[in-house]
Amino acid sequence: MGVEGPCRRTDVQPVKVLVTGASGLLGSAVARAVISAGHHVRTFQRRPSGVIGAEDALGSITDTNAVAQAVAGMDAVIHLAAKVSFAGELAEFEQTNIEGTRKLLAASAGSSVGRFVFVSSPSVAHFGSSIEGAGAGAADPAQAHGNYARTKAAAELLALAADSPELAVVAVRPHIVWGPGDTQLVERVLDRARSGRLPQLGHGAALIDTTYVDNAADAMVAALEHALAAHGQSIVVSNGEPRPVGELVAQICAAGGVPAPRFSVPGRVARTAGAVVEAVWKVRPGLDEPPMTRFLAEQLSTAHWFDQRATREVLHWTPAVSLDEGMRRLAEYYSPRS
Amino acid sequence: MVAWPSPELATADFPGLDPQWSRYVDVISGADVDAGQSRRWHVLDNSAELAAKGLTPVGTLLCVHGNPTWSYLWRTLVAAGANPNQPWRVIAVDQLDMGFSERTGTFRRLADRIVDLHDLTTVLGVSGPVVTAGHDWGGVISLGWAVNHPQLLAGVVLTNTAVHQESSTPIPWPLRVALHPAVHGWGTTTSPAFLRVTHALARPALASDVRRAFMAPYKNPARRGGVGNFVADIPVDATHPSFASLTAVAEGIRELSVPALFLWGPGDPIFSDKYLRDLITRMPQAEVHRFEGASHMLHEDVDVAGSVFEWLGTAQLPTSDTTSAPKGLQAAAASSADSETFAPLWAELERRSTETSDAVVDMSTTSDGSSISTSKSWAELASEVSQLVRGLHAAGVQRGDRVSLLVPPGSTLTALIYACLRLGAVVVLADAGLGARGLSRAVKGAGPEFVIGINRALMAAKTFSWPGQRISVEALSPTLARTLGVRMPLDRVRELGSAAASLPAEPGPDELAAVLFTSGSTGPAKGVLYTHRQLSAMRDTLQQTYGLKSGTGLVAGFAPFALLGPALGATSVTPDMDVTAPRTLTAQALADAAAAIKATAVFVSPAAMANVLASAFAVNAAQRAALSDVDLLLSAGAPISTSLLESAAHLMPQAALHTPYGMTEALPITDIDLPEILQAASDAAAGTVAGSGNGVCVGRSVAGARVAIAPLDAQGVPVSDLTSDVAVTGEIVISASHMKDGYDRLWRTQRVSEANSGWHRTGDVGHLDALGRLWVEGRLAHVMTTASGVVTPVAAEQAAERVPTVSRAAVVAVGPTGTQAVVVVVETNPTASKSALATPELAAAVRTAVREVGVEVNAVLVVPRIPTDIRHNAKVDRAALARWASKALAGGRMSNP
Repeated sequence: MGVEGPCRRTDVQPVKVLVTGASGLLGSAVARAVISAGHHVRTFQRRPSGVIGAEDALGSITDTNAVAQAVAGMDAVIHLAAKVSFAGELAEFEQTNIEGTRKLLAASAGSSVGRFVFVSSPSVAHFGSSIEGAGAGAADPAQAHGNYARTKAAAELLALAADSPELAVVAVRPHIVWGPGDTQLVERVLDRARSGRLPQLGHGAALIDTTYVDNAADAMVAALEHALAAHGQSIVVSNGEPRPVGELVAQICAAGGVPAPRFSVPGRVARTAGAVVEAVWKVRPGLDEPPMTRFLAEQLSTAHWFDQRATREVLHWTPAVSLDEGMRRLAEYYSPRS
Repeated sequence: MVAWPSPELATADFPGLDPQWSRYVDVISGADVDAGQSRRWHVLDNSAELAAKGLTPVGTLLCVHGNPTWSYLWRTLVAAGANPNQPWRVIAVDQLDMGFSERTGTFRRLADRIVDLHDLTTVLGVSGPVVTAGHDWGGVISLGWAVNHPQLLAGVVLTNTAVHQESSTPIPWPLRVALHPAVHGWGTTTSPAFLRVTHALARPALASDVRRAFMAPYKNPARRGGVGNFVADIPVDATHPSFASLTAVAEGIRELSVPALFLWGPGDPIFSDKYLRDLITRMPQAEVHRFEGASHMLHEDVDVAGSVFEWLGTAQLPTSDTTSAPKGLQAAAASSADSETFAPLWAELERRSTETSDAVVDMSTTSDGSSISTSKSWAELASEVSQLVRGLHAAGVQRGDRVSLLVPPGSTLTALIYACLRLGAVVVLADAGLGARGLSRAVKGAGPEFVIGINRALMAAKTFSWPGQRISVEALSPTLARTLGVRMPLDRVRELGSAAASLPAEPGPDELAAVLFTSGSTGPAKGVLYTHRQLSAMRDTLQQTYGLKSGTGLVAGFAPFALLGPALGATSVTPDMDVTAPRTLTAQALADAAAAIKATAVFVSPAAMANVLASAFAVNAAQRAALSDVDLLLSAGAPISTSLLESAAHLMPQAALHTPYGMTEALPITDIDLPEILQAASDAAAGTVAGSGNGVCVGRSVAGARVAIAPLDAQGVPVSDLTSDVAVTGEIVISASHMKDGYDRLWRTQRVSEANSGWHRTGDVGHLDALGRLWVEGRLAHVMTTASGVVTPVAAEQAAERVPTVSRAAVVAVGPTGTQAVVVVVETNPTASKSALATPELAAAVRTAVREVGVEVNAVLVVPRIPTDIRHNAKVDRAALARWASKALAGGRMSNP
């Protein structure tokens, strides 16, 4: 399965799949992967998805009517639409992440939709300490750090509670998705490295697992296809190639043609500083997100990598693009075109 | 009055204690102190649980606690009793005035308590077979019951207890303190100090809820009366009222022929190893396991229940089933030695007892730096050994006594070793390279009756309170002799020998001859037991493998081969070196030693080898000439690099370079020389021989030795069935007539090592190739299990070391079994100043190199130095390194490993 274009598979029974949030990096990749797998895709978000071969339904996930129209006639839903950010007011996150999911689930239940893939995040079960080779763990809004993780945790619980014989719900948590065109991690790292604002956190050795975007997209298709076996579960998806965070950042910088960070900030200091900056930003919002939030500092200074054995078994999926191959593709993306 | 049944117990939630085991029993006392009175006991008894599960017990385990604990101490045994495969009724009692049993207001002495236990078991309807178990003073009471019930008794378990106090030695100081009139009442009863101190002996510390459970029955002075009385009932001397009862038990157990298991925490300041040794003399049939690092609260420190039930399943109790042997290769014919003629180690010495040629030569350095040699002829050595045999015998050394020899290698040590062996005493040899603490732990564990040592060793003996009578090798002033507790100098032993007329009888071939300690590079050093037959087999294997003839000149720089020189009929010389630091041996010292005897064979450790080669530039022409006459160079004990061997070939151009593989438990097992090493490397590179590669090739089995593999399962655990199939990775399992008899006082360790009867599990992993060569892949404890399968470290380390800037690599894993991440820790050239994440360039280079042997690397860390063991300077403690890496890669601090 690739993302290059609509190269349809012929060995599957085509179904109609609604992909929400298909304008983002992962959402558009998912939409393309579903099309490549031979299915019909309708996307749902506020602006056109730009995905060739997809039918765009435009609207907000918080708009009940728009949601109902988008779901109508679909066999399956892959729900990615969310407010993804390291900072921001809680109410905004609640509105999109929790209420949006609630509306989509309500529209799906009792409709023709039989499968529902809820795209979540491992941060819903990450409570600040390091994660080394662990399984998915239960989502907990009370313990998750940051508004994004808290609201996604609550939404994941809602989604799994809706799992029923009529609606097979699977929560898939891709861990740190990156790739060409990624604005969340890659662009932030490159931006700050360019302006000399990117310190290395701690000694940079914390092992971090990540997911190349195409692998994450393939995993969503796999979750869709194996939803009847995987329903009711939370599944963490990653490349299964944990690497030291310092090396990842350096590789991203190398791919983007930017010098890697030369100075380091102890992890504990960064977490404290992050909390302070986070608070100040609420009062005086800047154009960009805060340079460092406590959540980000935590993410980048403690280990978090996962046991992928159960994931690969239940989804019958393995990552097609290795981390090194992903970095090569990233470098190609940033290389000056001749 | 104290209320009972106790409200504390009724409402308590004690960790690990199932309330359904708890019951009260009313018993009419038969004890002199209150005969005829009804007393209420609290006991833990799993009989209801067994009945509920429909299990019929094979016997009863009767557990008796000491002071100041209660039946809670035995909870893990009670829990383990209801095992459908091996059901036992487990009864753990609270003695009267203790735990949740009745506070009688009486002073119950030992004799009363032994009767009490009988009264209780009668009411409980305890029938045979019974295995008693006792801890602390409960040990004595349980043994009192055992002695009185021979018809029911099937076995005895003891943990940190004592039955006898030498009248000449004081009781342990903590008890002296507790018994002191100024302390006793306050320390044991008024305050909970005695309880607190006892609980604090747990290693590691007790969890707070467990500590609360131990404290629960003793919350106020009224409930602690029994604690104080128990202490006061310790018979400090023969005038004490309980002395006669204790003596009756101590002597009575000598008559017990049932199997016994002694489990011991050597860190116990009260029931120390001294009492264990005393118990072993009374019940020599006992299986013994000393848990290094554990203390008085042994049950809280280690898996006592697992050990006891494992023993119950295997001991020849009336109830035990015979366990079936694992399938696969049959046990090697280690007993074939019976049919061969046995020649003891001292046979060659006796045969040459009139020869005037050199037998042993010592090297030393004069003040001007030139080296001199002192030699002893065969006749002189034989005569000295004979004199020492008689002298040691006259000094009281008995056949079977253990004699710890703390003397540097050389002619004196050689004479002492052969004298002890001939006398039938057991030589205890531990390497000074273990360091003071490691050495102390080893000597205390072996528990010698005699310590013969140089002054420095005797000072350590004094400092660390080693057991055994002291004999000094050096002459001492009377003051120093008194200070060090030296009974006599070795010269006095020689005088006694000259005066004594006849030699004692020779020991038999299957009697114990030696306790040799392992290097301790993989945990605390273990004592390895050898019989005379096994030592002779080691000599014969060396002789056959390396063609060491009578008249060979041998530079003995490597234990334990060094001690075999006279047994081989070889003239041996010990180079001038600091034995505690083999890596300080210089090429000059080695060459001078070789020159002194026109040596043809050189045995050195790999650590020494490195320094010899590093200092090779400084040898003069004469020294170079002496080394060029060497025709055999043997380096054993740890892996040695091909480049090091090739340098050695320049220094000793005539020498065949051999690196045998083996361990203290059996040496050598395989052998390989330099051309074979190069051949193996080229086979691995060409891929022409199935199974070649992935590790260090250590060659083929030597005469009389066999090698097999216990394949690893997906979790990295070796299975029980052995194989000799090509390219199957697993634990290396060996068999040889010169293999160990067992481990000393490490019953559980021995059980694991002999999981395949007649074989020894080495703890190394590797595989065989199509030419029958063994390839070592690392230690079993260092096997990694990633999501894509089992990974062994050696091949990956060799691959990483092919990166030009990497001088040394260690491959370890972090994370949970089955999904571990692989970490390469490297020393670089130039050396890093502190530990750090590798640069992206180095990480990429290492990753690419290691990928070539099929291993995916997650992280590369650079360190100034990879820690290695002190003895060989070669073995990496990968487990410790993995713990360090795990911390750093979790985001924690990165200190140096």
